[in-house]
Amino acid sequence: MYRYDEFDHKVVQQRIVQFRQQVERRVDGSLTEDEFKPLRLMNGLYLQLHAYMLRVAIPYGTLSSRQMHQLAFIADKFDRGFGHFTTRQNIQYNWPKLSETPDILEALAAVEMHAIQTSGNCIRNVTSDPLAGAAADEIADPRATAEMLRQWSSLHPEFAYLPRKFKVAVTGSPNDRTAARFHDIGLRMLRNEAGEPGYQVLVGGGQGRTPVIAKVLRSFLPSARLLDYLEALMRVYNLHGRRDNKYKARIKILVRELGMDAFRAQVDAEFDNAMTSSAALAQAELERIDAYFAPPEFAHLPHNSAEHEAAMANNPEFSRWVDTNVLVHKQAGYAIAMVTLKAIGEIPGDATSAQMRVLADIAARYSFEELRVSIEQNIVLPHIAKGDLFAVWERLNEAGLATANHDLITDIIACPGMDYCALATARSIPIAQDLSRRFAAAERQRDIGPLNIKISGCINACGHHHVGHIGILGADKAGKEYYQLTLGGDPSENAAIGERAGRGFAPEEIVDVVETVVDHYLAQRANNETFTETYRRVGADSFKEVLYGTH
Amino acid sequence: MARKSAHQIVTANRLLQGDVVYFNDNGAWTRELRSAWVASDKESAARLLHRAEAMPHLVVGPYLVDVELDEASVPSLCHMREVMRETGPSVAAQPS
Repeated sequence: MYRYDEFDHKVVQQRIVQFRQQVERRVDGSLTEDEFKPLRLMNGLYLQLHAYMLRVAIPYGTLSSRQMHQLAFIADKFDRGFGHFTTRQNIQYNWPKLSETPDILEALAAVEMHAIQTSGNCIRNVTSDPLAGAAADEIADPRATAEMLRQWSSLHPEFAYLPRKFKVAVTGSPNDRTAARFHDIGLRMLRNEAGEPGYQVLVGGGQGRTPVIAKVLRSFLPSARLLDYLEALMRVYNLHGRRDNKYKARIKILVRELGMDAFRAQVDAEFDNAMTSSAALAQAELERIDAYFAPPEFAHLPHNSAEHEAAMANNPEFSRWVDTNVLVHKQAGYAIAMVTLKAIGEIPGDATSAQMRVLADIAARYSFEELRVSIEQNIVLPHIAKGDLFAVWERLNEAGLATANHDLITDIIACPGMDYCALATARSIPIAQDLSRRFAAAERQRDIGPLNIKISGCINACGHHHVGHIGILGADKAGKEYYQLTLGGDPSENAAIGERAGRGFAPEEIVDVVETVVDHYLAQRANNETFTETYRRVGADSFKEVLYGTH
Repeated sequence: MARKSAHQIVTANRLLQGDVVYFNDNGAWTRELRSAWVASDKESAARLLHRAEAMPHLVVGPYLVDVELDEASVPSLCHMREVMRETGPSVAAQPS
């Protein structure tokens, strides 16, 4: 993992001192709320419905055991004993006090973490593959690129006041686990015909009120020129992105209004002016950072573990968990364990401090001290020797963390919704909990197969409903909650935006409605098709017919 | 759209804790909705808000919300969002 250098420590410490003074000046009346609000937001502190909320950056979703222990400590000392892992690989605390926030930032800095740029119109936490360095399908490890982008974008003076927030994803696998096509910039690591490393640059993706799939801006960019090119791209956006209307300020709108060819021409013109002498420096820096992400010292193990096979044979519950939650590792004898924060009937993404400590301890003992956070609000133990899987599962099971539902229908994404969020127009969490209980039966979940439900409590789409196989959008109608259904979305390399099924449904109807959709899928499914394959084959009207009977 | 009401109160979040409070008829901030000072016309609502806004060292973002009054003149909130602010999250605070 990356370790802070002297410069990182200094920047974070200076920011804490500044923020402590800003809080003091707000409390003594020297600063008005209008003056203070942008300062607290720069440090990740929002004011939600019932309390402040602190959003802490987890850079590209990577955590050490020590950091996870500290997150648990913060949850106990400064919050209510839990935290919420988000779809942007961050963690949010729902009940911090303003006066204690500088102390929380001190506690974070002690483990090389902070909350800088988790809000505001700046470049946010870079999204990356939670299976980086472990996945068998990986072409290149995206973490060094993500870390370089973190350093480049942190407090970048030119890009601190962009027209709107800006999100970048990096993936090094053909199987996209970052939703790269739904970011302002998506970077796909690849090699050209000469075998040189570089990136395909996608631009203009996003969700929110205007969902757009990113398009290819440049099919191959040599890795040494990445920062020059991104700087050119950001400069065009910073100059021409709209600042008069926040709903039209994202880069996806600029690309649409200019047209991709015109946008590309402007970026290329800016890129041509970039100093190519910086390329060698960037390449050297990338290589320096890359050394931090060297593979751990894996043992030389046989591909199969007799101990593991015996545990599978003797314990059906463990065997089911392995079937659903254990993924193939690139290193022989190792596996990736997916810990879903989706126990039946619980809040998606929430973990208690006790659970965080269990995860930290397991990672310390069995996973080279590494953990990851996924955009599905789950935790990854990236490097588990197969012979240790049963011991890991037993500890997870004791902590309520061994639900065998990864990528199944109860592995639901849900934003905090109106239970916490000041922007929400409806609740998300109770809908997720009801759906989880409805589809709880393990056998039924396996029969249904991979099927992702994603729920947002407002049009801002933090719950990624646009890309859910089944998406649910909560809204307000005459002061009451109702829920719109979208079908056929996909965040992966086969990116698709879900199509609205029709009129919305009342809260008491929505679980039955989802069950109707699922039953129709199962009735129509042919040859082990996925939900989206069936949906695309039989068409939207077939589903509308069972939902509304009007087509 | 929420139901329209002739009656309004002022709510805000406390500066230090962030919790939800209401402006009462003693000119102070309280957690008790039933103690909120109710304005029953536009002019008095504007005056109420103006008075509440004079305490920026105590609260953040005071604003008017619609309420209905029962027979004992006890206010109840009209919009679901405001009900949620008053009662707190509808879900258990942490995994059981």
